[in-house]
Amino acid sequence: MTSARMSALASLRGSIERIEAQSGSPSLARAALGHAELDAALQGGLALGAVHEVFCEGGRQSAAATGFVAGLARRVTPRRPLIWVRQDFSEREVGRLSMSGLAELGLDPRRLVMVRASDVEDALRTTADALACDAVGAVVLEVWGETHKLDLVASRKLTLAAQGAGVTGVLLRIAASPAPSTAETRWIVRAAHSPPASPWQMWGAPLFDAELVRNRHGPLGRWIMEWKCDECLFSEFTAADSQSVAAAPAHRPHQARAQLQDRLAG
Amino acid sequence: MQAKQGDDAPSVVVAKENNALKLYSLDDAAARYGLDIGMPLANARAICPQLIVFDADETADAQLMNDIADWCDRFTPLVALDPPHGLYLDITGCAHLFGGEAALSKLVCDLLTTQKFTVSAAIASTSICARTLTRHVHGRIVADGEEARAVAPLPVSALGASEAITTGLRRAGLKTIGDVASRARYEITARFGAAFTARLDQALGQGDGPINPRKPLPDYIVEKRFAEPVLTDTVIAATLSKLAQMLVAAMARDGKGARQLTACFFRTDGVVRGIVVDTGQAVTRTEIIDRLFRERLESLSDPLDPGFGFDLIRLSASRTEIVVQQQHDLDAHVHDNDELAALIDRIAARIGSHRVVVHLPQDTHIPESAELPVPAQQNLAAASQAAWQPRIEAEPPLRPLRLFERPEEIQVIAQVPDGPPARFVWRRASHAVVRAEGPERIAMEWWRPDGKGLTRDYFRVEDEAGLRFWVYRDGLYDRERDPQTNEPVQPAWFMHGLFA
Repeated sequence: MTSARMSALASLRGSIERIEAQSGSPSLARAALGHAELDAALQGGLALGAVHEVFCEGGRQSAAATGFVAGLARRVTPRRPLIWVRQDFSEREVGRLSMSGLAELGLDPRRLVMVRASDVEDALRTTADALACDAVGAVVLEVWGETHKLDLVASRKLTLAAQGAGVTGVLLRIAASPAPSTAETRWIVRAAHSPPASPWQMWGAPLFDAELVRNRHGPLGRWIMEWKCDECLFSEFTAADSQSVAAAPAHRPHQARAQLQDRLAG
Repeated sequence: MQAKQGDDAPSVVVAKENNALKLYSLDDAAARYGLDIGMPLANARAICPQLIVFDADETADAQLMNDIADWCDRFTPLVALDPPHGLYLDITGCAHLFGGEAALSKLVCDLLTTQKFTVSAAIASTSICARTLTRHVHGRIVADGEEARAVAPLPVSALGASEAITTGLRRAGLKTIGDVASRARYEITARFGAAFTARLDQALGQGDGPINPRKPLPDYIVEKRFAEPVLTDTVIAATLSKLAQMLVAAMARDGKGARQLTACFFRTDGVVRGIVVDTGQAVTRTEIIDRLFRERLESLSDPLDPGFGFDLIRLSASRTEIVVQQQHDLDAHVHDNDELAALIDRIAARIGSHRVVVHLPQDTHIPESAELPVPAQQNLAAASQAAWQPRIEAEPPLRPLRLFERPEEIQVIAQVPDGPPARFVWRRASHAVVRAEGPERIAMEWWRPDGKGLTRDYFRVEDEAGLRFWVYRDGLYDRERDPQTNEPVQPAWFMHGLFA
């Protein structure tokens, strides 16, 4: 009797330890993004085998967020297949993902398999399935608008699947506001404007104003960064006469969220 | 075959033929009054005033024959329709499974009779011979070589040739098939055509015409019959996995794998449900088949309805291909490709194969048709070899990341008519343009049949918030005319894409 209880207790303790070790370990493999400050904040780069969330405020910002997500996926896995899951509705709202556009960003359209799910449930299931397949490099789930289907439970499922196979998942949430989730990092991405120059000068590489509003193992921050299409990495934006953007104080996730909601309401 | 009417009042089905209502079919009671198929309804009413008349519904008849043919699939995979009211069953190699030809014929007829169909059946070595026999005798089984003797006494109408030929033969004094057969073939051919002679030969057992089965013969079939109909999901799933094992074993003997699998569920009340699963690469493992069917069955929009139970479950490999054995352990890349193909198969089984796509580049300048989404299952290899236009080094992106399938009309203020927009309204929000580049002129492909359209001038513009758009003006001022009206165009502006 007592020995049975002892062994049960021991096994419970063991499983608790395992859970804690999993959630608390910063030992996940990481892929450097190229931006020095950012990589420092992320302790070496974007965690692999985890789920990350990228939000944008409305349909208009969707391309910037998509570009950022594509960049993350490219950094995470240069050669392995990329599964892009999206809802039918999202295509109508913000346009379809253009392969030539992806190629222009330095990604290889041949690696991309697109799944066109009719609703969020299908999309979630497919994403969990793809995250559990270790032949896949990264999985992107594109969801338009608010949905109650993508709650803490769903998010936990995705995280577990990603941890199990070591596949990185990125959630692209267009026109949505952050909600509690088990994501490793959470970003709000906007387009950053090009530095003032003569009107006949053309813009350069894609510019992102990326705000890190959740980071489970490090500080938060906000950076203007550039995606270098040729080298396929993020880098500091260095224009001589660029307007400097004040970095937001660290650990301000709540205020950032409030701001976001203001904008959505407005 | 006809459904029997229960009551005694004579009833007929009528159809319109040459602007007159004629009898299409009738029941026994009506036949006793001397009515016949093809008789005008007015005459029939005069003979028998209490006649009950129904309108013919040929679509429903065809549907019913199809359902019966589905049901007949349980006896042989080769079932052909013989419109309007017949079925051919090729029972070559199947009869012994049901205790011989006589037993099989009796089984089929009894089961159909219990469902209140009138059946006339015959077994012969050629399809036309059997068909001819069914017109006058029921349950006849003709041994090989006896065909000529069996059909000789039957009237020529049993051959099912056209009305003109039957009448012609009768006028020539040839009343039975035996009479016709006794004449020299060249005489018959000269008078009635080669098609009729061929048919006659087939009826006499000299040469066989092919039947036209409804479904292609699967390469491998395994099935399980139940003495007691099964209802529960667990039993069905267990049966499917056992069948999958048998199928895989059968295919492995020939070194083959399945590209398309069909599971047929035969309900006791005759309804047959077929579920097809396609795979991107040849499947040779039981677990994979199992999982594919599980995904498919779970995601059916109208779930499998066992009704009173299934008494037969059949699993067939409708398409197979030879599997090249690969050594996986030394080549991780091959292994990865297999895993990816298996993942695509699973997703496709659940949400449909048209929803999992890869893209192939197309040889065109028109941005919205430059890439073609194709099902990933069939085109994974082609897509991984596709040649996409490489990007130009050190240039910012020239094509947008998100492209609208239908360009959205925008209201534009431009400083000069041909110039880039200075301000535009898209989706009810106004954007001031701070920088613009263009135009990039894309002309329509006049050499294609559907390539007539207006030339587009594309501009890449950035607004004050840093959002980057791809807009175009549809048409050139003063230089182009509307293809339909031939008036000078009033160019409109469209939003076509968003840059990252």
